[in-house]
Amino acid sequence: MIEFDHVSKHYPGGNEALTNLSLEIRHGELLVLAGHSGAGKSTLLKLIAALEAPTAGRVLVNGLDVGRMRRSQVPYLRRSLGLVMQEHRLLMDRTVFDNVMLPLTISSQPPSDAAKRVRVALERVGLAEFENAMPITLSGGEQQRVAIARAIVNRPSILIADEPTAHLDPAYAREIAALFRSFHAAGVTLILATHDDTLYSPYGARRVELAHGKLLS
Amino acid sequence: MSAHLIALRQALRRLGRKPVATLLSALVIAIALTLPALGYVLVDNVAGLANGISGKPEISVFLKNEVPPDRVKAIETSLRIDPAIAALRFVPRDVALKQLAARGGFADVTGALVDNPLPDAFVIEPRNDTPASFEALRKQIATFPEVAETQLDSEWVERLHAIVVLARSITLLLASLLGAALLIVTFNTIRLQLLTQRQEISVKLLLGATRNYVRRPFLYFGLLQGLLGGVLAWILVAALLQVIAPQIEALAQRYSIALNIGGPAPWQGAVLCAFAALLGWLGAGISVRRHLHDGLVID
Ligand SMILES: Nc1ncnc2c1ncn2[C@@H]1O[C@H](COP(=O)(O)OP(=O)(O)OP(=O)(O)O)[C@@H](O)[C@H]1O
Ligand SMILES: [Mg+2]
Repeated sequence: MIEFDHVSKHYPGGNEALTNLSLEIRHGELLVLAGHSGAGKSTLLKLIAALEAPTAGRVLVNGLDVGRMRRSQVPYLRRSLGLVMQEHRLLMDRTVFDNVMLPLTISSQPPSDAAKRVRVALERVGLAEFENAMPITLSGGEQQRVAIARAIVNRPSILIADEPTAHLDPAYAREIAALFRSFHAAGVTLILATHDDTLYSPYGARRVELAHGKLLS
Repeated sequence: MSAHLIALRQALRRLGRKPVATLLSALVIAIALTLPALGYVLVDNVAGLANGISGKPEISVFLKNEVPPDRVKAIETSLRIDPAIAALRFVPRDVALKQLAARGGFADVTGALVDNPLPDAFVIEPRNDTPASFEALRKQIATFPEVAETQLDSEWVERLHAIVVLARSITLLLASLLGAALLIVTFNTIRLQLLTQRQEISVKLLLGATRNYVRRPFLYFGLLQGLLGGVLAWILVAALLQVIAPQIEALAQRYSIALNIGGPAPWQGAVLCAFAALLGWLGAGISVRRHLHDGLVID
């Protein structure tokens, strides 16, 4: 479970991204974050992964106050989450396989077991035959799918995606959305920031809208 | 353990990916290390000379002419029981004359002498080799009425010692200056690497890499680069010695000093390499500490 308890976030320089926000996200939930540009969606997601720290209030992930956890503990929090950012953030000088392998290398998984899991993840996003390709040779949608494979290869129970389909044309976007819905169906807690909530709302998503750092509904 | 192996492999791969750049950096390090290392080896050799050749400084005690043999014996006995004296050698006047004659150029002179003008003498090796205790001993011996003159033979040894001490300090100074240069070279290499790998580092941190995980390949890189520089420096020192050692030996020969310059001992080479590796590791460590947080910007 993820809980925002009266959370505010000021960025240095005076930008107030979130104001006194409280929100609970339950296990296995599919939460869609909507809101105008600059509403604070990315900030909210970053707080969960301790990529930013709240200026006030608490962010609890499975009972852990991630804003105040020791810095040495942060990597272990991130390993328990799957993160897909707006930019896919792949390493362009590694193959698709090596990119997906990265989280397993980082958490020192035994290589033979890891290779199997990489193939399962690539299979899951429909890129099994691309494992030796370089990301640069793939389309935008395929690159985003590599990023998704990388996010799920550690089998996280929480998946966070920040506008994963923003740069994609509608056909690709639908494809990726279907992929995310299938993870949700498999029991993963899924938190998505998106401008296009029609991709998820018909499928039992809970929609939350942010405006100027506050919850609308 | 396996994490260290992975980091080591990454560092090796980075070194291998740009062989020319790697070699150039290692050469810069090697050249910086060569000067103090060469200085050290040479000073070491000369220091051995200062300790070895004349051994301890000596005091020559010349007796007056015509001191009867029983008085000479009495003086010798009293000197032998003196605790300040480590060793004592009696040089009778006729032996002294023969030694003088044996020395080139003096044969005619000594042959022309009707009478032996040389006195009996003692050569004394003091137990305590501080200059002050030395001088005290000399004064004490000079009070014998039969003693005509005393003479310290330590001066040139002391000078040589002073020169060796000076050369040592200069070598040490050079070593620290050029060690600092090595540190800076590594610091900068790693800074540039961190800059070009910003993206990769931020992705790894995003995926839950610990700071140690990110830091380690850079530390190994610095260590290996330093090590490589150390090995090259050792080769350079050995090669330079090959060239200049005969010249220095020939120079020493002109002053009748049998100098035989030995190359760096294996353990000295090992110390050099370890020193270079340590400095590389340190330079990398400081650089990562200083720059890594700048590469942490994740958005
Ligand atoms: N690193 C930062 N430093 C300063 N201000 C920031 C930073 N990141 C975000 N902000 C500000 O915080 C506010 C919320 O930004 P955020 O990125 O969370 O919005 P968003 O809802 O994700 O917008 P978009 O839909 O455009 O991605 C904005 O006003 C933004 O300018
Ligand atoms: Mg955003």
